[in-house]
Amino acid sequence: MRTPAIKSRPVYAGLQVNPHARRTLFALQGEGAKALFEQVERAGREFLTRSEVLFLAGNSVQHLAGLQQLAPHLVRQAPNLDSLLQRLRDDLAIAKMGTSLQVAGTEGFIGQVLQVAMDSHIDAASICTEHRGSLARRVQCVHCKQFTDGVTHSPFACSGCGLGLLVRDHYSRRLGAFQGVNVDAEAPGTAPSLEELYP
Amino acid sequence: MSISTDMPMRVAEITQVADRVKRFRLERRDGGTLPYFSGGAHVVVTMRDAGGLRRNAYSLMSAPHESSAYAISVLHVEKSRGGSQFMHEQVDLGTELTVSQPVNLFPVDQRGRRHLFLAGGIGITPFMAMLEQLERGGQDFELHYAIRGRSHGAYWRELQGKFGGRVNVYCDAEKVFIPVAKLLDDQPLGTHLYVCGPTGMIDATLTMARHAGWPQQNLHFERFLGPPAGNAFRVILQRSGMDVAVEGRQSILEAVEAAGVDAPFLCRGGACGQCATAVLGLDGALEHNDHYLSDAEKVSNSKLMICVSRFKGRALVLDL
Amino acid sequence: MTIAFREETFRDDFTFRNSGAGVLRFPFPFHEDRYTYTVNLEPHTAGAAGTAYEHLIDIDEHYLAEMQDRALVLAEDSLRCQALPHMISAQWDALELLMEQQALGYPELFTLTKHGDRWRWINRPMGIDQTFTFGDVSTLPYEPMEYIARQAQGDLCIVDQRDGSLWMDAGIVTSQADWSLDFDIGMNFMEWHASVPLAHEAGVFDRALKFLLNLQQGKPVRRLNWAMTINPRLDTSPENYPKWGPDRTTVTPMNVGEKVYLRVELQSLWRLPRSNAILFVIRCYPINMADIATVPQWARRVRLVLASLPQQIIHYKCLVRFRQTTIDWLAQFDDGAPG
Repeated sequence: MRTPAIKSRPVYAGLQVNPHARRTLFALQGEGAKALFEQVERAGREFLTRSEVLFLAGNSVQHLAGLQQLAPHLVRQAPNLDSLLQRLRDDLAIAKMGTSLQVAGTEGFIGQVLQVAMDSHIDAASICTEHRGSLARRVQCVHCKQFTDGVTHSPFACSGCGLGLLVRDHYSRRLGAFQGVNVDAEAPGTAPSLEELYP
Repeated sequence: MSISTDMPMRVAEITQVADRVKRFRLERRDGGTLPYFSGGAHVVVTMRDAGGLRRNAYSLMSAPHESSAYAISVLHVEKSRGGSQFMHEQVDLGTELTVSQPVNLFPVDQRGRRHLFLAGGIGITPFMAMLEQLERGGQDFELHYAIRGRSHGAYWRELQGKFGGRVNVYCDAEKVFIPVAKLLDDQPLGTHLYVCGPTGMIDATLTMARHAGWPQQNLHFERFLGPPAGNAFRVILQRSGMDVAVEGRQSILEAVEAAGVDAPFLCRGGACGQCATAVLGLDGALEHNDHYLSDAEKVSNSKLMICVSRFKGRALVLDL
Repeated sequence: MTIAFREETFRDDFTFRNSGAGVLRFPFPFHEDRYTYTVNLEPHTAGAAGTAYEHLIDIDEHYLAEMQDRALVLAEDSLRCQALPHMISAQWDALELLMEQQALGYPELFTLTKHGDRWRWINRPMGIDQTFTFGDVSTLPYEPMEYIARQAQGDLCIVDQRDGSLWMDAGIVTSQADWSLDFDIGMNFMEWHASVPLAHEAGVFDRALKFLLNLQQGKPVRRLNWAMTINPRLDTSPENYPKWGPDRTTVTPMNVGEKVYLRVELQSLWRLPRSNAILFVIRCYPINMADIATVPQWARRVRLVLASLPQQIIHYKCLVRFRQTTIDWLAQFDDGAPG
């Protein structure tokens, strides 16, 4: 977990199982599965019978077996992000108060899961989040409003309008993305060289 | 910075609405319209009595859109410092008083998909304005109202008449109680819960809600606190260069106001933090009666909520 | 009192000019020769006649031209005006406040008549005569905040109060100093101020937030903020940065007076009654260095403020390219006072 540079840069405090939750939903991406394994080591297995796991494996398919071995109430592996988000949306549409949401994975994953959760009337402050995996960012171009995923360099060319964008630390929870601003607007062609910032 | 926005008003009507509850209808002396307010707001009412000025905070229970008058309801409490006794026995039709602008420390969360209200006794008052507001906005709500007895409970008939099945009344005398646990387990995501009533009821409800997995952000409460009485003592106000006597039935805030010193306040019940005053000198013990300071802050003796807290000892010096 | 409304542009040919009277009423923001971030909130009370503070909601000679520019910005980019669904009650509060204040301050220009919920609003300069039902969106051509903002100078932000903070949940922003409503909407007080240097460490925002959380009905407050722009462009949004960014490189010693603008934001904050939200009105006053120079004390003070700014503020306010040229140009107008 990185020290926040500015106050709008999110802090992912880590998963924290609420023993009082009637039901806990885990949305996990890739290495995010390990965050759940560590919760079990810390908090025991009691909460698992009241828990459901939505898992987007990515390159970490090996964790699926471990998740199934935990024997939560349900484990669902999603083939892609859209399908995981849709499943979550459907679950939350009929969920009751007392449902806790825990999210672990890359920032882009966390941001998009939180968007679905907020749309489904869960207050963002009550969701536990943990960053695992790549530091690559989801960036929105402030000029054309297009989103680009997996950004590892700053500046980078916007996938929408092609402008060179500086990736800022300013983050919007509502949009689930960092802000990208044209880096050489004042003197086109003078962009600084690429820097790999987010492996 | 003190431009007074207080409004000169008078008591236009007094109604006994239940065994020990009176409703007071307050109108502007100049006949003008009153400011709109949001449900959950209160006003601070200043009145003259034999000893000087009295100031108490009361929830506005009238419908926010009724701009010709404000209504407050007061429960007569025997062992009070006399505030409710004064209202019930000394205030008449035509009594003149000054009313502050509405202040809201207990608002509805407008994002709520549903609003669940749990009221005990006189705690119903802020909810009456909130229900009017939500009804006008076409928003989903439910009220569960616990009363001691049918003739004790104020407004339950009126509420059932206005809001039908959304109002559920539970009467202690009939041994029927709010099924809090059942309610907590059966609400859709995005429900906000509001509780107002005796302090035991509030504490129990909040604990049960936490134990049912409700997050803090969805829980709201208001305690009706008044300053407790105590022993008399003196306070030195450093900046004003004054030595003020605080009587047993007076709060520090009331004593400094009577001495002509303007101190900030909002709720007059130890909940909002606005009257927090730095302690510059202490020879004795502070008695913290508020719900605002953390335990660490209380122990540090560095500040005091002068609207409700007291002192025992030889000397207390405040930054006023 | 009649106002001679100017026909002028804030883009393309930039025909914007301040009249002599306009310069005299400019709310000069610097009260000393240095600038630091402070909680500079003060009661928003009616000030001296002939100043920008005379009326709590100020209309000036640029009113019609600004409204035209706003309409153009909104036509190009509808995301400059957004309100989260739960803010509808606050929108009505804001409409009421602006209509009442404009009618109060300028009775010869605006009239508001209320019969219960049936209201009639007359805006003579814009030729509007609108009867509508307060609280019923279907009786207005736009949602209430947009409706009134298209007839009021200044950006509006409506901020919800909950969970111990303030949340920017609605706004119409077409004359901003480089921030995006679409990006920032939904953020809380600390988040939307995240990129301001130095102020967080100095505790400025903690104190400001605490103060604003206790803002009361009937007691609005105000503060001044400032920025600098090249050319009198109101829409210096991040969205359009590629359009106006290059202007920063066009400043020469010959054109400082005409092109370098000080923009002052007179921000007023009002507690709203029905929603308990807070309305921020961000009223923008641009003035170029040539006009500043007509008041020698102003020229001197602006020069000294610019010369003594900490590096972080110079960078945050994007003054790097033209600051020194501006300082050098202003030096010729010094009134000779020591310092």
